[in-house]
Amino acid sequence: MITKRIIPCLDVRNGRVVKGVNFEGIADVASPVELAQMYSDKGADELVFYDITASIEDRAIFTDILRETASKVFIPLTVGGGINTLDDFDRVLKCGADKVSVNSGAIRDPSLVYDAAKRYGDQCVVISADVKRVGGEFRVFSKGGRVDTGMEAVGWIRRCVDNGAGEVVLNSIDTDGVKQGFDLEMLRVVCDAVSVPVIASGGAGCIEDFITLFKTLPKVDAGLAASIFHFGEVEIADLKRAMKENGISVRI
Amino acid sequence: MTVIIDYGVGNLFSLVSSLKAVSEEAEVSSDPEALRKADRLILPGVGAFEDAAEKLRQSGLKDVILEEVRNGKPILGICLGMQLLFERSFEYGEHEGLGLLRGEIVPMKGVIDPSLKIPHIGWNALHIVKDSPIFQDIHEGDCVYFVHSYYASGCADSLTAVTEYSHPLTASVQKDNIFGCQFHPEKSGRVGLKILKAFCEIKGANKL
Repeated sequence: MITKRIIPCLDVRNGRVVKGVNFEGIADVASPVELAQMYSDKGADELVFYDITASIEDRAIFTDILRETASKVFIPLTVGGGINTLDDFDRVLKCGADKVSVNSGAIRDPSLVYDAAKRYGDQCVVISADVKRVGGEFRVFSKGGRVDTGMEAVGWIRRCVDNGAGEVVLNSIDTDGVKQGFDLEMLRVVCDAVSVPVIASGGAGCIEDFITLFKTLPKVDAGLAASIFHFGEVEIADLKRAMKENGISVRI
Repeated sequence: MTVIIDYGVGNLFSLVSSLKAVSEEAEVSSDPEALRKADRLILPGVGAFEDAAEKLRQSGLKDVILEEVRNGKPILGICLGMQLLFERSFEYGEHEGLGLLRGEIVPMKGVIDPSLKIPHIGWNALHIVKDSPIFQDIHEGDCVYFVHSYYASGCADSLTAVTEYSHPLTASVQKDNIFGCQFHPEKSGRVGLKILKAFCEIKGANKL
């Protein structure tokens, strides 16, 4: 049976991996190429590269780093950040990305998901949704979690899947960086609404949080985290061993 | 020298990098002469069967591949490239493949447990049913990376490994010099690199 995936996320800015708390307070961490290789060696099932650069020059650095990583790491790579057009898809796919995740770009231009899925296949298009509770409902946020779009999140995610998104990354802004566990309530609602793989993101603080995630919500396909892996608070090998001991299907 | 056949389908970046990682000299080419000179061929592919089969035919590469493989040159089809080795596919209609292997490509839908997601995406275990030279460093239960919605059926004579997705799905095939992997060895970490390395060590039959 298919295994549950563990996915370290690398937020890259100015050619370095960074990590913030609640999407703010960013601190420098390490070289993305070295980190990616280390994670691949330690058993990560997939890597997400998130481009949080602001300028065109930095985007060129990101492209170089992506190409270098993709030439050395032989597990699936998803790239997100600043994807607004089919040309952006093309640019990162040519540098070795396997999947492309879209967020603000899809909010701005809802046909982007459809057009990209048609050209590159559903499996290539990942909808990454930054979601936060506002006035008793789940809302989609854009621009790295800064702008409330006013859109209800579950309906939005379902529309993206109907348009061809082959996977959903659900980032809970409410639990991001808090390290008190994944947002099980939000994840459950999204898992029940779509039939494509759902990747849980935001809130993992320890091994037990992943066990709880996969035990409570068997429909969740993968768990994504950044700082706990970067700072060595959770070792992927230990995490996978614990998952196996708990009867969760995992690639060791 | 291994030639990765370029017929305008899919992204070859990872495949080229992974061959480099196992120290194999590789070239991406759509030149019939390069295919003829190659020690072995890799047929990649991502996307729809009909489109890929049509591109192989229109480019004239189909005839070159058939001739070279029938003369004993090793070929490895990956993902859609593996599916193209078979007689036909029922992906959106009925389409003719290369016919190098007996069997056909059919949808998972209606065969697997309806609660399971399609495409079958992710890491799944290989269950070896018949030994094959590309498995020389591979162990039963090793995980590899899959992305597909259709699978090869009716291919008992070439089947070498299956993967379990509520139903045994064809994961790998081999008949003489013809090899195929439904999964992506270039995305399957160390296990995948071992499979590619083993393929690159296979010597083809002498040409007539």
